[in-house]
Amino acid sequence: MAVDHLSFQVRPGVVTGFLGPNGAGKSTTMRMVLGLDHPTGGSVRIDGRHYRELDEPLKYIGALLEARGLHGGRTAYNNLLCLAQSNRIPESRVSEVLELVGLTAVARRKPKGFSMGMGQRLGIAAALLGNPKILMFDEPVNGLDPEGIHWIRNLMKTLAAEGRTIFVSSHLMSEMALTADHLIVIGQGRLLADTSMADFIQRNSRAFVRLRSPQRERLLDALHGAGLAATEAGDGALEVDGATIEDVGDLAARHGITLHELSAQRASLEEAFMRMTAASVEYHAHSATGPQWSKEV
Amino acid sequence: MASAPAVLRSEWTKIRTVSSTVWTLASALVVTVAMGAALSALVRETFDEMRPVERATFDPTVVSFSGMLLGQLAMVVFGVLVVGTEYSSGMIRTSLAAVPQRAAFLFSKIAVAGALALLVGLATSFLSFFLGQALLGEHRTTIGDDNVLRAVVGGGLYMGLMAVFSMGVAAMLRSTVLSLGILVPFFFLVSQILSNVPKAKEVAEYFPDQAGSTITQVVPGALGSDPAPYSPWGGMGIMLLWVAASLVGGYLVLKRRDA
Repeated sequence: MAVDHLSFQVRPGVVTGFLGPNGAGKSTTMRMVLGLDHPTGGSVRIDGRHYRELDEPLKYIGALLEARGLHGGRTAYNNLLCLAQSNRIPESRVSEVLELVGLTAVARRKPKGFSMGMGQRLGIAAALLGNPKILMFDEPVNGLDPEGIHWIRNLMKTLAAEGRTIFVSSHLMSEMALTADHLIVIGQGRLLADTSMADFIQRNSRAFVRLRSPQRERLLDALHGAGLAATEAGDGALEVDGATIEDVGDLAARHGITLHELSAQRASLEEAFMRMTAASVEYHAHSATGPQWSKEV
Repeated sequence: MASAPAVLRSEWTKIRTVSSTVWTLASALVVTVAMGAALSALVRETFDEMRPVERATFDPTVVSFSGMLLGQLAMVVFGVLVVGTEYSSGMIRTSLAAVPQRAAFLFSKIAVAGALALLVGLATSFLSFFLGQALLGEHRTTIGDDNVLRAVVGGGLYMGLMAVFSMGVAAMLRSTVLSLGILVPFFFLVSQILSNVPKAKEVAEYFPDQAGSTITQVVPGALGSDPAPYSPWGGMGIMLLWVAASLVGGYLVLKRRDA
């Protein structure tokens, strides 16, 4: 089963990130919204209606799915034209969206010769065709160069600022941190978090003090005496949660302990995300060089 | 519901904006007409060398349609490509996102492509007939003779229905390569070989191509072949049942499966 008891709402005016490791069920969820995959139970509704009940659905919701969904042997313009016609969207809109994504110059060329980035832009043009209030993008930055990534980020923010509902999936936390205002995290088809990005960062980005000392045992005793828990980092350094560098520096001075390092650190969001989904990742890389979790001393 | 004229229009745009439509339909016409013409000219020269039974059941209409055996394969390819490229290109997901009512999507596509195949089929059979008769010389027949018009219109219908049958099969198999890999050898080899094997022949007579093409015969048991156990329109009825079965099958697969 790809998705199990997954229930959440996506709101207009903000970019909602849909985050999960590969195989978590992000694409399946999006395909179920579009009625491409059938859920075994339950339903997906858009403004209270099933997707198949929508008249001219491209005017409600536009989607960019992960796999390319256009005909390589039909010109970019004609690919969009047949989509527009099926939903009674005026033909003038085809040129408009091609202009919007910067493909006007290649409108009469066939997408089979397009680069990954151009293909992605054409897919986005197709999603925007009906000027929909809801947009779904499945891994839109996959395989794009930095310029393309930058363009898509800005586009999503602009579209959200116009009051549209933007739902974008990714397996990269760092990417989400730059684009999304709200975050939905899933792992193995289950909901792990439904929170604003600011909250997520606040709660999950662990602040700690990093310490190195030649008098390690005395330092541990002193920390213990002050009621501070220290964990051992991989390289012999210690990490102390719930204290400032001033607290720890003063404590060391009072006990006459030499410090070789004293620094304030923040765990990356990527690390927080990995910790959150660790239990639900389907395919672990069992490798000694993988992320090493600090252990309690 | 999506608007039916809008979906039909969209499917027409899909068909006319890919080059495979032009080359498959053009080759169906050119191959059928050219081969029919060549064989008609050949028969005129070698008429006296034919076996007596062939001369007794000589059917000039069937001779002018000799190219259909090969030309129908182009119709099969056309039918398979119209449906199959939706799957091979990944377009099916975009198409169903635009038209989520799957019956409306599939049957609009088949209606547009089927109508086009039928028109090309009729043009092919009329051209083959008139060119073939002109080349048959003294052995020719005319369109006004008994049952000849029925055979010529039937030939066009047959070509169009071969394409529609293939569309249903491609919708069931959801793959261009698989559909062509089954249909082309079936119609070009299996059906032809079985129709010449005693016993197996009695089954092969009910294959869509064997049953449907009976309508092109003006003389029953034309050119020394065994007469079919059904009438020309009866044979066409059998073919229509095959076509209906493939369309129902194609629709059920599209409706049930995840795209």
